[in-house]
Amino acid sequence: MKNLYLIAYLDLKESIRAKWFLVYSLVFGGLIALFFIAGVTESQVMGFSGLSRLLLMYIQITIVILPIFILITTVRSISGDRDNHILEYMLSFPISLKQYYWGKIIGRFITVYLPVFFAMVIAVLYGAIKGAAIPWSIFFLYTGLLFALSSAFLGIAFFISSFVKSSEVALGIAFFIWIFLLAFIDIALISLMMQQRFNPQLILFLAMINPMEIFRVAAISLFDPELTVMGPVAFYILDSMSQGIFVLLSVVYPFSIGLIFAFLGFKIFEKKDLV
Amino acid sequence: MIKVSQLTKKFGSHLSLDSVSCEFHKNESIALMGANGAGKTTLIRSILGYYHPDSGEVLIDGLNPIKERVKVLKNISFVPQLPPPIKLSLDELMHYVCTSADVDKELILHYANEMKLDLKSNLNKSFFKLSGGMKQKMLIAISLAKKSDIIIYDEPTANLDPQARDDFYRLLKQNEDEKVLLFVTHRLEEVKELVNRQIYMDLGKVVSDEKI
Repeated sequence: MKNLYLIAYLDLKESIRAKWFLVYSLVFGGLIALFFIAGVTESQVMGFSGLSRLLLMYIQITIVILPIFILITTVRSISGDRDNHILEYMLSFPISLKQYYWGKIIGRFITVYLPVFFAMVIAVLYGAIKGAAIPWSIFFLYTGLLFALSSAFLGIAFFISSFVKSSEVALGIAFFIWIFLLAFIDIALISLMMQQRFNPQLILFLAMINPMEIFRVAAISLFDPELTVMGPVAFYILDSMSQGIFVLLSVVYPFSIGLIFAFLGFKIFEKKDLV
Repeated sequence: MIKVSQLTKKFGSHLSLDSVSCEFHKNESIALMGANGAGKTTLIRSILGYYHPDSGEVLIDGLNPIKERVKVLKNISFVPQLPPPIKLSLDELMHYVCTSADVDKELILHYANEMKLDLKSNLNKSFFKLSGGMKQKMLIAISLAKKSDIIIYDEPTANLDPQARDDFYRLLKQNEDEKVLLFVTHRLEEVKELVNRQIYMDLGKVVSDEKI
């Protein structure tokens, strides 16, 4: 276990020093700051106001940028180390591949999750100081959703990283996955497919397997149970299962996706030539 | 100590090792030579357990370096040809080495000092920001401090000045007893005082293997 923590700890330290982490933290912290400066908490749009409105906007933007941030910064973690011969040296020490791989995942997960989580904490603290009512249910739901979404894309990124030889190719694949999943959310290709009268079962299936769509529907469902701003598929999904079950699914499913992909990535990493 | 049997490794259609067999025993210092692409690095990486062979096997003290990598690598020190751009600070790198391989930090400091590397004033500096020579000295200090029975050096003196090379060979002389020393080198004259066996590889095969 000590080697697992060692790898996680060193990866965390290395990431925190990296420029991408600074940009990453500034983007999410800056978003919250920008919302306060722009007076989002004082505005009322579609019935949402105060901190709820701010968190809703935060989560809407996070849906789009968090996955690509995670993919781009993580997808090179193993392939990049392999590319520049770091792996060749670091793995010449008696560390098992399991400890190395999962240690990297733990370290990287803390790095990508904490800034988005702390940005929300800062928003809540600042809102409390300003005397705003704190929407705890939304805060806890978003904490869980961000955890699950981060896990999903981290797992996918490590999966790509385990089999791709060059980090350029890894980046290309990561970008493609992000665009692809983004395209299949309710307000994009899914709506177009409905217009074109595709098989509804197929449309629903595509929506339900997309962690970004699940995240989006769950994130907004607390605000807008009638889902007037969400799109028809989301409406149908929440019509066919209770909101509680769907929220549970929206945390468990992306987390499971992340674990499955991370595990598959480990199997590939173990079976392939290391350098 | 190291037994390579009928080892074949292909990359796509390229045959990098072609049924190579050889053994390395205690108190042997081997110069592994050959033109670029001869298969030297592939052989070393196979010994380290990085490659899955197409056929044949490598055994280190009877253990498979892929299946038993932790046990096997406890006993191997390795210095690559080019120091990798590790972003850890020297202190963190030492922490990694000391924790993972039970190496005494004082010994690293000792050997770094012997290699004329001022480690203490550079502890918080990133490894990749050091000069090529300093990086190589650091890796050599780690390799000696690890007290392994098998030491593998892939062109270890490429970045070293003549004084540092002398220091390196002096330290190796002091530490070669009861060990297998494996040098990948293009310059036999540099290591001829250290080595007692010379292996020449070409096109993935061992073409000559002689005691000197």
